[in-house]
Amino acid sequence: MLNKRRVLTLLIPFIIFITGAVFLATPLLKGSDPSKLDSALIGQAIPEFTLQDIYDENKQYDASILKGQKMLLNVWATWCPTCYAEHTYLNKLAQQGFYIVGMNYKDDRKKAIRWLKDLNDPYKISLFDKSGLLGLDLGVYGAPETFLIDSQGIIQYRHVGDLNEQVWNDKLLAIYEAMQ
Amino acid sequence: MIKVSKFNLLSVLLLLLGSVLFSTNGQAAIDTFEFDNAQQEKTFHELTKLLRCPKCQNQNIADSNAELAKDLRNKTYDLVKQGQSKEQVVDYMVARFGNFVRYDPPVTPATIFLWLGPLLFIIFGLLVLFKQIKKQRSKTTHLDDQEQQKLQALLQKHVKDTHS
Repeated sequence: MLNKRRVLTLLIPFIIFITGAVFLATPLLKGSDPSKLDSALIGQAIPEFTLQDIYDENKQYDASILKGQKMLLNVWATWCPTCYAEHTYLNKLAQQGFYIVGMNYKDDRKKAIRWLKDLNDPYKISLFDKSGLLGLDLGVYGAPETFLIDSQGIIQYRHVGDLNEQVWNDKLLAIYEAMQ
Repeated sequence: MIKVSKFNLLSVLLLLLGSVLFSTNGQAAIDTFEFDNAQQEKTFHELTKLLRCPKCQNQNIADSNAELAKDLRNKTYDLVKQGQSKEQVVDYMVARFGNFVRYDPPVTPATIFLWLGPLLFIIFGLLVLFKQIKKQRSKTTHLDDQEQQKLQALLQKHVKDTHS
């Protein structure tokens, strides 16, 4: 009896070690990236904004355009190499009928328009956020970022970084399908 | 009054020194912010040290040269200038970037271990220590019945031997 207890006591450091090892190894093995942060706005409505259309200075939009159906809000810029990489996939998603709104973030209007003409425009609406005002309210900390927004205009998910087939099929599609 | 003028002289000198440094540094990333009063300036500097740049993992927005850190410094400046308190500015940033932007995380279910962990560790250590001490004490003082009898016999024998 006493011996059994002694063995158990001696096992405690080992158990603590294993727990610690599992705790530390999980994010490593899962390949989670510490630079990818969860959005603080999940479950919240899109903040109010007034932004110009990228093609037309006189056309203005507000938060009501990000409501009424589920959609993707893609934050991009011409200075962002990863945005270039994901643009082809965005075109593919648009072809499949997904409703994508683009937000050009802290960029040059002419360059952005040329980009959309050269690489095709997957966006139903293109917002021009020159000063990064909406970007700040959305907690954007880099481009590209893609928000999943439900028909009520509530943010359900944010993906930071390259949007590609793997990410879409493994993660975003399921969240998109589950949205109202 | 003399003290005040001395102070003014010092600040003028500092300003001159500053302008010399700035002009030689040319393009160095030093933002110049003007404040209504010293309190605002203090709040601003405390905030930029406290707020973490979301883009750069482990730098506050005062140290970082990232575009985003610059934006956040400007926003912090605007908010402070508007007369917002430290807590209000921190809340503003947390609402957008989450608790990641704070270098002093609040106590939440997810972070409670940071505070309780060391305490639990110490308590656990003390418990183990006390148990060990108790064990050792009981080992050295207690003899079972058989050992007690043996001891008595030995003592008696010893007494007999010395007396004879």
